[in-house]
Amino acid sequence: MEGSTSHDFKANATRELANADLRAALSGSDRTFVAGRARVVANLPEFDALRDAAKAIKDHTLANLDHYLEVWERRAREAGGHVHWAKDTAEARAIVLALCKRAGARAVNKGKSMIAEECGINEMLEANGIRPVETDLGEYIIQIRHETPSHIIAPAIHLTKAQVEKSFRETHTGLDPARDLTEPRALLTEAREILRKKYFEAEVGITGANFLVAETGSSIIVTNEGNGDLSQLLPRIHIVLASLEKVVPTLEDASTILRVLARSATGQEFSTYTTLSTGPRRADDLDGPEEYHVVVLDNGRAAMLGGEFHEMLRCIRCGACMNHCPVYQAVGGHAYGWVYPGPMGAVLTPALIGIEHAAPLPNASTFCGRCEQVCPMRIPLPGMMRKWREREFDKGLTPRPARQGLKLWAAFATRPRLYRFVTGLAMGALARLAGRKGRLRRLPLAGGWTRYREFPAPEGRTFQAMWAEKRGRP
Amino acid sequence: MSAEVPDTAKSRAAILGAIRRGLGRDGAPTRAQREAPETRLATHPRNLQPARTAGADHGGLAHLFRHYAEAVQATVTEVADMASVPAAVADYLRRENLPARAVMAPDPALDAAPWAETGMLSIRRGKPTESDEVSVTSAFAGIAETGTLVMLSGKEHPSTLNFLPETHIVVLSADRVVGTYEDVWDRIRRKMGGAVPRLPRTVNLVTGPSRSGDIQQTLLLGAHGPRRLHIVLVG
Repeated sequence: MEGSTSHDFKANATRELANADLRAALSGSDRTFVAGRARVVANLPEFDALRDAAKAIKDHTLANLDHYLEVWERRAREAGGHVHWAKDTAEARAIVLALCKRAGARAVNKGKSMIAEECGINEMLEANGIRPVETDLGEYIIQIRHETPSHIIAPAIHLTKAQVEKSFRETHTGLDPARDLTEPRALLTEAREILRKKYFEAEVGITGANFLVAETGSSIIVTNEGNGDLSQLLPRIHIVLASLEKVVPTLEDASTILRVLARSATGQEFSTYTTLSTGPRRADDLDGPEEYHVVVLDNGRAAMLGGEFHEMLRCIRCGACMNHCPVYQAVGGHAYGWVYPGPMGAVLTPALIGIEHAAPLPNASTFCGRCEQVCPMRIPLPGMMRKWREREFDKGLTPRPARQGLKLWAAFATRPRLYRFVTGLAMGALARLAGRKGRLRRLPLAGGWTRYREFPAPEGRTFQAMWAEKRGRP
Repeated sequence: MSAEVPDTAKSRAAILGAIRRGLGRDGAPTRAQREAPETRLATHPRNLQPARTAGADHGGLAHLFRHYAEAVQATVTEVADMASVPAAVADYLRRENLPARAVMAPDPALDAAPWAETGMLSIRRGKPTESDEVSVTSAFAGIAETGTLVMLSGKEHPSTLNFLPETHIVVLSADRVVGTYEDVWDRIRRKMGGAVPRLPRTVNLVTGPSRSGDIQQTLLLGAHGPRRLHIVLVG
């Protein structure tokens, strides 16, 4: 798969584990995202019931997806909007390029959009001599560093303040080299001033969509900075990139999901800006875009309907799963090797680019279950990762040592007496080997574990032996 | 430069076909299959409503609105009537060391205030330019649930007024404060009329001033939109 290194997760993770800046940058997540979510959830007694309601809305919508998309399309057109359908990313790029060329665009302002990342819109624009300007602060930072987002809502979360300062000094060369940039506020002000000028230069503004509303033919974006709004209000043309599962029936349905979105994502009661866009500016409006286009992207999602990964289509891209994931928090988002990291990426990426290109991702999990616990849409992420592991095995993609190990284990497990005898010997031996410390620094055949941490030794007897003795008594 | 924008009708048919295959349908949904979604669209039933604002009277809603707006760093001044608004705005600007100069929405709702009499404010009506530092607008509604302001685009309210200037002052009459988002949708449906609601081009739900946490997860106000959001609650 072009542009993806998901198949190389192990090498990526090994590299990232040695990255001290990443350690420092991610160390704040517990204090911000995790604590923030816990605080706002505690403030809303109905939160869990709202998750059920949100799940029910998406289940109903997906069961009638064709109908809701057609109604949404009709109403978007009635409001003066243009709707374009893209089966894959190549079609999406062709539509965006044609619209930009027709507008004579030399610069395009971009609000944050993961679909734009999925489609490689920036690379395509640059290849055609059109300058994409990322306006979300995090996206701007990684754009000037020639990096990709490492988190779906906090794209530059892998960077420290010092790294941002260094990049600003290297990029904004027209400014006084002696200026003080030690405070984050100074960095923000500098970015604000530089981007402010660019807002007025672009002919086209591209945003994503958190929702498409069938009832009104609208698209909705949810942001905190206001860049998505300036990006769509100032240029002459507004292009929305939306994947097809973004549609919801009514404004009421969008409201219910909005109540769990920001709380799960950033630990806010509500994001600063929730913006509904319907068609182009009206005849007597004083501002707003003259043209409004929506590109609806499939790229493998329709094929997920009705299958084992159907429920993944409920995802609203809040990022709670990665904020709470011990694996993501250790290796960061880039290790996952493609657009979507963390537990949601471990399920979605194989569906979109193929398990043969992303087999390690569903394995990059401890199955601790926190992602499912916090998912506002109640997506059974660990269960679906397990299904991908089964597919991986069935397709013969599982690495040979793991396959052989499983075969060996199966040979014992189907012979209970032999299994009890051998595990009894092994547990005793391991316990003696570990001695009083109770931990092993090296273990034959388990170098993959002990290279990074000690192995906790068994206490000397197997679970089955203890069970047989106690007969279930405590 | 000119370019042919691709006709995507074929892709549309292919995508809808793939969706229908996934849903186990032979073709377009039958009349029976369309019934549940059509009813939902026509009646737009409310889902679970948080009890937070339930049963609150006008005063209670205004109180909750203020509480939640201040919790997200908006500032609020309460005044008795529209006649007191210009002085309250001038006071605020002085307190914040801001120029006594603003660009104001060409909104008749704001005409009831004696802007000229105050003599302390220089006001231009219209949409903002890059150099405007302060904007003044009204709001269609306030939502108590999260301290959220609702702004509708139109000839009386250019949306850029909500985003370009560093300071946004919003004049909100207290009787426009409702409990929930759903209460606002109903008000918009009534205002716009018609069986199928046609929304204004832009509906902005604004909850506090602009912010970003993108630099090492440090929360900073005033990322691209306003750094200050001041609400003058009237009545």
